[in-house]
Amino acid sequence: MASQSNGGAVQAAPSDPTLNQRSRTRALAANLTAYSFLAPAGILVILFFFIPMLLVILMSTTNLATDNFTTNIAEWQYVGLRQYETLVNDPFASKVFFNTVFYVLCTLTFFNVTMALIVSLLTVHIPRRSGFFFRALWMLPRITTSAIYIMMWERILADVPFGILNWFNELLGQAPVNYASDYTWVFVIVVNGFIGVSFGMIIFTSAIESIPKDIMNASLVDGSTLIQRIRHIILPMLRWPLLFVITYQTLSLLTSFEQILLLTDGGPANRTEVWALAAYHRALSNYYGNTQWGYGAAFSVVLVVIGVVLAVVYMRVFRFNELVAEPKIEVL
Amino acid sequence: MQVDIQNLTKKFGNVVAVDSLNLDIKSGEFVAFLGPSGCGKTTTLLMVAGIYKPTDGIMRFGDVVVNQLQPRERNIGMVFQSYALYPHMTAYSNIAYPLKLKGISKNEQNIRVQRVADVMGIGHLLDRRPSQLSGGQQQRVALGRALVKEPDLLLFDEPLSNLDARLRLTMRGEIKHLQRDLGITSIYVTHDQIEALTMADRIAVMNQGKLEAFDTPEGLYERPKTLFIAGFVGNPPMNFVDVEVSQNGAGPVATNNDLKTHFTIDQVEKVLAHKGPVTMGIRPEDIVVDDGSDIRGEVYLVEPLGRDDLIDVRIGDTRMLALSDPKLKIQPGDTVGLRFNPERLQFYDPQTNQSLVW
Repeated sequence: MASQSNGGAVQAAPSDPTLNQRSRTRALAANLTAYSFLAPAGILVILFFFIPMLLVILMSTTNLATDNFTTNIAEWQYVGLRQYETLVNDPFASKVFFNTVFYVLCTLTFFNVTMALIVSLLTVHIPRRSGFFFRALWMLPRITTSAIYIMMWERILADVPFGILNWFNELLGQAPVNYASDYTWVFVIVVNGFIGVSFGMIIFTSAIESIPKDIMNASLVDGSTLIQRIRHIILPMLRWPLLFVITYQTLSLLTSFEQILLLTDGGPANRTEVWALAAYHRALSNYYGNTQWGYGAAFSVVLVVIGVVLAVVYMRVFRFNELVAEPKIEVL
Repeated sequence: MQVDIQNLTKKFGNVVAVDSLNLDIKSGEFVAFLGPSGCGKTTTLLMVAGIYKPTDGIMRFGDVVVNQLQPRERNIGMVFQSYALYPHMTAYSNIAYPLKLKGISKNEQNIRVQRVADVMGIGHLLDRRPSQLSGGQQQRVALGRALVKEPDLLLFDEPLSNLDARLRLTMRGEIKHLQRDLGITSIYVTHDQIEALTMADRIAVMNQGKLEAFDTPEGLYERPKTLFIAGFVGNPPMNFVDVEVSQNGAGPVATNNDLKTHFTIDQVEKVLAHKGPVTMGIRPEDIVVDDGSDIRGEVYLVEPLGRDDLIDVRIGDTRMLALSDPKLKIQPGDTVGLRFNPERLQFYDPQTNQSLVW
């Protein structure tokens, strides 16, 4: 940006050296102002994202654990890529990998995309105010504190007299069901899915509402039913929002773990352990008797690499550069 | 197909968008809905299309009451101001879409799309997407899509407003020609009176949800029944002055503080019979610049229109628009005399806004 502004200034006054000098100083001052506004956010990102990430990458090349723990980086015992070797050969890691794929695919397919689409399609076809009401309802899981949200689910799934589902079972004369352990995956996906719906819902709803009214009317006049209009007109016009929601939500599901931590803690018997949770368990929880920072860091780095690769691919697909326009203001 | 509309009313909450509209459109007729923005003309069209459900009243296509019929059950074609082409489909698929929905075979679809494309002169554009077409080409595709299913009724919602002036003129002629050739009953919504006057067999003038008049273009122009129509139809608009009418030695005369003019219209008695002040109307083209006239005023503004100059003359407190010959080279600040064509004056009751003559 700096070189660009200077370039413009030089071009504006090519013959007069004093004027040239003055405008160059002006451009520099303007840039300084811009950078000083960017600085606070920049410092935060560097301090709490880039430096920790570098530390984690560094840590993943050590065998740092409870028995040799030290905060002195110089005394860490570096083991090269051995942690990654262990990870690749660890049957637990491959189980967690497939758990994660299953979790992300199911949540994404059933809730973040399909349910979000259904909610937006239904709510744009009913009176505006009712549509708004139902969409607001679907926002609740996202804006509820996760600890409270999970506690509500625990009560829904619990035994009588607390569990609502089992209370219905009792009322209908059915045997009580241990939902939390018998249907763990179902509820892990439902609980996370309910939170995920609202994102796609907002994107899809606004995309549908921005389809010109004339096009919507034209399709009805041309002879389509409401269902045919959704199939032939609305869905094809949602191609980009759909791609965006799928890609963005894949990334956020890959790194999500707090709800699973609170609901099942990866159990029973590691059945719902996902990658991000595994990293946490290895590095920060001494449930296994020995916290392995080095090994946990390796887990995290794998996740970061997958995330960065996917993000770069998505940015290419969405031509991110073309979406960001050149600033219209020339001088601050 | 005949379209019969009785007491058609549409309310949005407390707002009455269309108020007890009565229209009887003959089979094969080309009717224009004309009115300023927000007068309810598009709302009426959307009710005819079946997009909006009427709050009250009856709509009949032929003998069938269509109030509760879905748009797809009405066999209508519609053309929109924004063209409303499906951006993800080619021109061919756009035109074929109504046929596809009807379950017509691919072969038959192909034949009919080609036929319509030939009529519209867009045969070479069929594999392009809307974004690769110019405005005029898009409107032809949209027209083709409306025509391909051979509708009983064609609806136009300001179809030419987005085109440039030159193209608008061409398309105006083409639509008119096509409609006459095919004989499809058509409703054409516009705020452009030139379009309505040149294209329509009859014009429904709407104002604030109400039907002001339903008449031929000539009838609206020559015999405007209300003050609104007199002021709305015609460009440049009719001049209005408040006058007193009386009978003197030389015949009926209209006077106010600034001017005095004789008039010789047919129904002179009806005007003279009216008690109190009347609003007199005179079109700019019925005023002649004549320095021998008693009505004298100062030219405030001159707008050259090419064939004529439109001059804005102040006669005391009265403002008059008149057309003058550019050869007279009238300049702002000049004093000119104006003579009104005594046979072309209109008179309205300022209380009811109704014509005293028609």
